[in-house]
Amino acid sequence: MDSLIFLFLVQDGATNGAIYALLGLALVLVFAVTRVIFIPQGEFVAYGALTYALLATGRVPGTVWLLPAMGLAAFAIEMIGKGSRMSGREIATDAATHIGLPVVVVGATFALADKSASALTNVLLTLAMIMPLGPYLYRIAFQPVADSTVLTLFTTAIGVHLAMTGLGLAMFGAEGLRAGPLTDARMEIGPLMLTGQNIAVYVATVALIAGLWVFFEKSLYGKALRATAVNRVGARLVGIRTSLSGGLAFGLAAAIGAASGILIVPMTTVYYDSGFIIGLKGFVAAIIGALASYPGTALAALFVGVVEAFASFYASNLKEVIVFMLIVPVLVWRSLGAVHDDEEE
Amino acid sequence: MNARLALPLAILVAAAIPVLPGIPPFWITLLNNIGLAALVALGLVLLTGVGGLTSFGQAAFCGFAAYTSALLTTRYGLSPWLTLPVSLLVTGIAALVLGVITVRLSGHYLPLGTIAWGISIYYLFGQIEMLGRHDGLSGIAPLNFFGVSLREPATIYYAIWFAVFAASICTIFLLDSRIGRAMRSLRGGRVAAESFGINTARLKLIAFVYAAVLAGLSGWLYVHYQRTVNPTPFGLHVGIEYLFMAVLGGAGYVWGAVTGAALVTLLKDILQRVSPMLVGNFTQIDTIVFGVLLVLTLQFAPRGVWAFLRNLAPQARPRTIAAAEPLRRRAPATQGDAPLLGVTGLRKQFGGLVAVNDVSFHLKAGEIVALIGPNGAGKSTTFNLISGVARPTSGSVRFAGHDLSNASAQECAKLGMARTFQHVKLLPEMSVLENVALGAHLRGHAGLFASMFRLDRADEARLLAEAARQIERVGLTEHMHKPAGSLALGQQRIVEIARALCLDPRLLLLDEPAAGLRHFEKQNLAKLLDGLRQEGMSVLLVEHDMGFVMGLTDHIVVLDFGTKIAEGKPEAIRENPAVLQAYLGSAA
Amino acid sequence: MTALLDIENVFVRYGQVNAVRSLSLHVEPGEIVTVIGANGAGKSTLLNAAMGLLHADGGLRFDGADISSWGIERRVESGLCLVPEKRELFGAMSVADNLILGGFRVEPTERTRILASVYERFPRLAERRKQLAATLSGGERQMLAMGRALMSKPRLLMLDEPSLGLAPRIVADIFDIVRKLREAGVSILLVEQNARAALNVADRAYVMELGEVILSGGAQQLASDPRVAASYLGLH
Repeated sequence: MDSLIFLFLVQDGATNGAIYALLGLALVLVFAVTRVIFIPQGEFVAYGALTYALLATGRVPGTVWLLPAMGLAAFAIEMIGKGSRMSGREIATDAATHIGLPVVVVGATFALADKSASALTNVLLTLAMIMPLGPYLYRIAFQPVADSTVLTLFTTAIGVHLAMTGLGLAMFGAEGLRAGPLTDARMEIGPLMLTGQNIAVYVATVALIAGLWVFFEKSLYGKALRATAVNRVGARLVGIRTSLSGGLAFGLAAAIGAASGILIVPMTTVYYDSGFIIGLKGFVAAIIGALASYPGTALAALFVGVVEAFASFYASNLKEVIVFMLIVPVLVWRSLGAVHDDEEE
Repeated sequence: MNARLALPLAILVAAAIPVLPGIPPFWITLLNNIGLAALVALGLVLLTGVGGLTSFGQAAFCGFAAYTSALLTTRYGLSPWLTLPVSLLVTGIAALVLGVITVRLSGHYLPLGTIAWGISIYYLFGQIEMLGRHDGLSGIAPLNFFGVSLREPATIYYAIWFAVFAASICTIFLLDSRIGRAMRSLRGGRVAAESFGINTARLKLIAFVYAAVLAGLSGWLYVHYQRTVNPTPFGLHVGIEYLFMAVLGGAGYVWGAVTGAALVTLLKDILQRVSPMLVGNFTQIDTIVFGVLLVLTLQFAPRGVWAFLRNLAPQARPRTIAAAEPLRRRAPATQGDAPLLGVTGLRKQFGGLVAVNDVSFHLKAGEIVALIGPNGAGKSTTFNLISGVARPTSGSVRFAGHDLSNASAQECAKLGMARTFQHVKLLPEMSVLENVALGAHLRGHAGLFASMFRLDRADEARLLAEAARQIERVGLTEHMHKPAGSLALGQQRIVEIARALCLDPRLLLLDEPAAGLRHFEKQNLAKLLDGLRQEGMSVLLVEHDMGFVMGLTDHIVVLDFGTKIAEGKPEAIRENPAVLQAYLGSAA
Repeated sequence: MTALLDIENVFVRYGQVNAVRSLSLHVEPGEIVTVIGANGAGKSTLLNAAMGLLHADGGLRFDGADISSWGIERRVESGLCLVPEKRELFGAMSVADNLILGGFRVEPTERTRILASVYERFPRLAERRKQLAATLSGGERQMLAMGRALMSKPRLLMLDEPSLGLAPRIVADIFDIVRKLREAGVSILLVEQNARAALNVADRAYVMELGEVILSGGAQQLASDPRVAASYLGLH
């Protein structure tokens, strides 16, 4: 094989793999904290990508209306559930996070959405529109069934995925979108040409992973999330609310999804339903990493990216089949492995 | 109305629909679609609702059968009736292969695995030249029934709904049988089922293949109804829709499948006709509605719509237990004077922690031996090592002349060890009778096909008669037809003992049988165990309650911190200083 | 004076089983109260219900306030804390992180101050602050569980079987700490199987059987009661 092609494929795979790594990490995080197998992760990727692409052309994306709608729904559910037992201060805080925040974001979007807005502005607006959807979604769909089985949570996630895909079509239409690169810089390393977008992907991935590490190791809330993942009962006993850690995990997952979307939309055309397959590839990595190990998932993600790159070069028609079948040996190995204990399921 | 008449009446109504005057043709088309979907959803009832295994990949199985039949009829000109068994066989083999890989996986890996192959198989259908790639195959022959062509919706209707009713009835028969009972026990956890010799991995595989074959039947009917085939109806989203039908209709009930299929198909039709008026040319509103409905169903009606509807339908009366030839008893062990159970140097380490430290003791036939000690002394672990639930680090267990050191719970059950659990492991919604009959699983013989086609009645009657006999033996006859979960805790413990007796055991293993019992319940339990001993039964029990043990047992083994600190007759144990020390603690 | 914890006519159901029936119990400020009884008597259920891990019907008051509709976090904030039978530590996290999370509901500056005092009380934990909780010995785990509970500034500490699975010498240490905590102003509700040791340290005691209180009174008085000796000390 031509070594240049080899290098090119590895580089291409590493770029995609970096995205899968981010998504895989978010999936592991959400599963560890809430036991939800977070299928709608991919929809956040598509929402992020399309929201950013529309903002880049100066248009106001439909996500801007989804945000207050979901905030309001979450607020209503919260009030119906336990409004009568809440203090005035608690209600005020709740209203601020569920209604005040979306109103501010809507205002900012209309004020700032313009063809001439900088890429950074658009990135920040996109994150501000998508990230709060995570906690709202958790409040609406998952918190009411938080104590049920993994299978019920999983089926709920599938329902959310269906609804979000349909909403994606309503908001963004059936046409795919692509945005300009975040930067036009280029860099040559030997025979390889790295585009600014490649570099942005690597830098952003490393920065996000480092940021997550600092968050989990150093901050009280990061520790609280880890504690919930390690021992749910223990976390409740020290006063960490399940809804708090669930919302936090979903917020991080939504932010990571949106960031991944922003990173890929300059490289490939994204459609309203593209996220699903991208998210599932993050899953392949997470399954190889056993839905538990963060470094394992990141490494597996790079592997998935590289396999995909080679598959699309040598057998492009069977690319998806090859990538998804990667988990078969892992599943076989697991089924032959140690005794599985599903008593608590 | 009599419950027995409901089903024939429903079949009659179904048969009359196409010939009724004034029925619009598209009603028939809708009913055909409902029937096709109901077949797939019915498989999910057995797989998900009964067996607790979730699959999003059922649409792919429809595809296997559909493409097999399409290929064989168009390319080789075979009759569809000949391709039916071939299609089902191909689907079954595909399911067997996928099932062997995925079914043994715990909880969430199975649905994830089904998503992975659901997508892969869909892409594969679209890539294979012989299957016409994305365009698929067309010009497929319609079904022909003794010269009558089933080309029209109103004629194939009969084939589809015959399949739906036949499959539903077979599934109802299956669930009401030895195999079905075992399948229903899958949801209650692996440990209890395997303690009665049920091979859970094999049963899960059977449920998986059964569900796939039903999906295959639907695919075969579909392809000869549409007479063209392409990959679209076999994609993952269709697979998700089938699961949605099962959940919405009620995954725990056979008729939940038909209910769910009808609701979703009708809803989809209505949405497709109504949505252009409401929201312009926006075609995917059904996706949003389905997604939201699925979430709401799980929150507010997790048991599905049929759970409400069935209350309107007439209820079947509890069956009467017919007299039946008794089951064959186990031959008495012939082993001379050797003890029935011999435990030697048994040891279990978890990492650095020694939970059981070289414990040895034995039990003679016809004895009641108790294993006592403070909380955390390693009694339950010892118990699990003996009964095959956990494997020892070293040491041996000999039982009735066999070495059981590394035996599984199933093997222990086969040799005549029957146990109860410290935390009661009954299936709360199943009747006491059926829970107890589960204990006799190994003594029955009826298999899958005998059960589906009701050829198992003699065998089944003997099992139920045995269960009823054991329930009578422990004095719970009046509660026989109640759901096990409705009994008081003390009675549930007794039900577990009846279930264990159904195994025709040589040795009863009882894990804290007196915990949570009232005083008179304890006395009754002691009386029951004493009576069993007089009939020759051997009993090993783990117990915390000293008073209960002292009056009842022949021999006591005391554990503390995983080590045997004393053994002997109750009177001697009571005076033993090491035992007093362990129970009172030195902080005293 | 109002009782610190006042449980009145409380029922706790597990499925269709009544695990606790019509139970009343109270703890006065500065008291050590113990609940003894056999396995399955409902002792742990009682503590879990008081903490809010299980739903209870009936009167549940803490320091005069009706807490029955409160979430766990609000109970923790108001000074109620449970050290559960299984300890429920964060095994894959360090001793220091376990303690810090114990003070999740406490102001940051206050948290640092309490952390220092916990290390002072348990020098063993200070030595091992960087070690993962899962690698601790049984006795150290119990200390960490108690230390983590103290981080939330409890006024009533509920201990579920603190001596479970511990060697006698360590059990003596644990009960010593319980005495010292009372001197520091923390009231204690202690559930124990080790009846003799519990009665030794407590002021008052309740005996539970099948979800009900069947005896109650001064600890010394109960220790010499023949019925208690027969049922819980294994002697006739």
